[in-house]
Amino acid sequence: MEQNAETRRMLADSEVQPLREEKPLRLEPPKPKQKKKIFSRGVIYTGLIVLTIICFIPFLMMLVNATRTNGEIMSGFSLLPGTALLDNYAILSDYINIWTGFKNSLIIAVLVTLLSGYFSAMTAFGFAFYDFKGKNAMFIFMLVMMMVPGQLGLIGFYEISKTLGILDSFIPLIIPSIASPFVVFFIRQYTQATLHVSMIEAARIDGASELRIFHTIALPMMMPAVATMSIFTFIGSWNNYLMPLVLLFSPEKYTLPVLMGFLKGSQVAENLGALYLGIAISVVPIMIAFLFMSKYIVSSISAGAVKE
Amino acid sequence: MKKLDRYGYAFIAPFWVVFLTFSIYPVFLTLYYSFTNYTGSPGEEIVGFANYARLLTDTYFIEAFVNTIKIWGVNFALQIGLALLLALLFSDLRLKLKGLAFFRSFFYLPNLITISSVALLFGILLDWQHGSLNMILLKIGIISDPINWLSQPVTAQLSVSLILTWMWFGHSFIIVMAGVSGISKDFFEAAHIDGANRWQMFTYVTLPLLKPILLYIMITSLIGGLQLFDLPLLLTDGIGAPDGSLNTMVLYLYNQAFKYNNYGYAAAVAYGLFLITLVFSAVVFKGMFRKERATQKGA
Repeated sequence: MEQNAETRRMLADSEVQPLREEKPLRLEPPKPKQKKKIFSRGVIYTGLIVLTIICFIPFLMMLVNATRTNGEIMSGFSLLPGTALLDNYAILSDYINIWTGFKNSLIIAVLVTLLSGYFSAMTAFGFAFYDFKGKNAMFIFMLVMMMVPGQLGLIGFYEISKTLGILDSFIPLIIPSIASPFVVFFIRQYTQATLHVSMIEAARIDGASELRIFHTIALPMMMPAVATMSIFTFIGSWNNYLMPLVLLFSPEKYTLPVLMGFLKGSQVAENLGALYLGIAISVVPIMIAFLFMSKYIVSSISAGAVKE
Repeated sequence: MKKLDRYGYAFIAPFWVVFLTFSIYPVFLTLYYSFTNYTGSPGEEIVGFANYARLLTDTYFIEAFVNTIKIWGVNFALQIGLALLLALLFSDLRLKLKGLAFFRSFFYLPNLITISSVALLFGILLDWQHGSLNMILLKIGIISDPINWLSQPVTAQLSVSLILTWMWFGHSFIIVMAGVSGISKDFFEAAHIDGANRWQMFTYVTLPLLKPILLYIMITSLIGGLQLFDLPLLLTDGIGAPDGSLNTMVLYLYNQAFKYNNYGYAAAVAYGLFLITLVFSAVVFKGMFRKERATQKGA
């Protein structure tokens, strides 16, 4: 899935451009049309609000039903919250510890984001500021491999994890993020536009080591590009389902998405209120994070796709 | 300077060690397995192209291919149509709609949610007897008997398509909107002065200039769509019920490998999927470029 998210932006361009805000042109319409315009705007706004409700109502029903008893949910639909929230939580935690899944997902997603950001910046730095044999060939090879869907190597990946003895651990979910071709590509493009060789050379004259130059000069300047990619890396890892499903066997190591899938087949599924509550716990933190991040996420999606 | 260039290798070394181990090697290992009868324990035999021969005549795989395309196609048509319509409305100079940021956030929200939670949520919302959707529809009076959404092939596939549209139209909308905002106002002004109506502006100005963006959305959506897996796995019984209508290619791959231990055959399925992805992407690219040449000639 992570690979998937990467290929989604493979045709992307270098610049991290903020969204250009629309400034409507002043084209005054003839007076008699005024009434018709107000009417059509009303229709459009109604449509937009209906669409907004469609986007949100499944979550609303989830939240409402998480507070109702099994019997109440089965007997009818309501938008008024019930009083069974704590009972549902008790039923849910009898079967699974959802916070363990939460913790596992968080550990993996944070480490993946850090490793991918740091090592991609390092690789991009190597590609952008040094001239060595085979550099272009390696870069092109990396770009070609970027197009290969993640499922192609799935069976081989499982086998090598088995050989290395790292099945049923977080290692095969975390370590591969050191090599994230798309992130390298994105940061390199960004770096070439913003970071000039002369700054590197000035630091060399001042006697800084190469690694120090990377840490104190290059990395801070790459941060906007790293941050843009980190949002997607984090979401991709958080939502990754196939890989942990294949690689993890012990329930206490399950990530949140795998735990959700596990819930479906468990006895919790017989109590709809508890099931809704489990889903709600997995969803609400992301919704809250999104409230604060939506502006950045939107401009990151645009930056990944639009060539200006 | 020349001496320092050796540091380049040091900076890219960690990447390549991990990349070769966890990305390149598995791809070739999978290729090797696709020519064997490997079942998860050592001692596999080379069987030549037997797995690929089986793939071509495997009705389940062909069915999975058709299902995947159907589900993706319906979803893509709806998703891109909705995204274009919304982008047009919001960029219309005469309408001056407000609240773009607000609506955009809500439209994008479903995309952020863990897909297994989405599957689980819709699994119970679409439930035949106790699902909220049937209860609402019954209350409003649109239907008189509950519809068993997930037990009939057509409604099950349509449900998955619609859930995918629900998840992805906001994403496409953001990208299309960014593309539309990038088009210079001069084009629209010129077209306006020339007396173009809304539809003409759309077909002669917006659409041709958006072509690269639409191509990008289509290719990425296609690649993602061909890998459809989580929703069909979690919405029903995990092997594609009802009647195999939710059996998709990656679900088939997953089941062959990790349920039935047919690793050799599953590896061939993976390469089949890869080839299909390549062919489809090439067709989309070619189609787009041919049209471009035709319109250039026409102009």
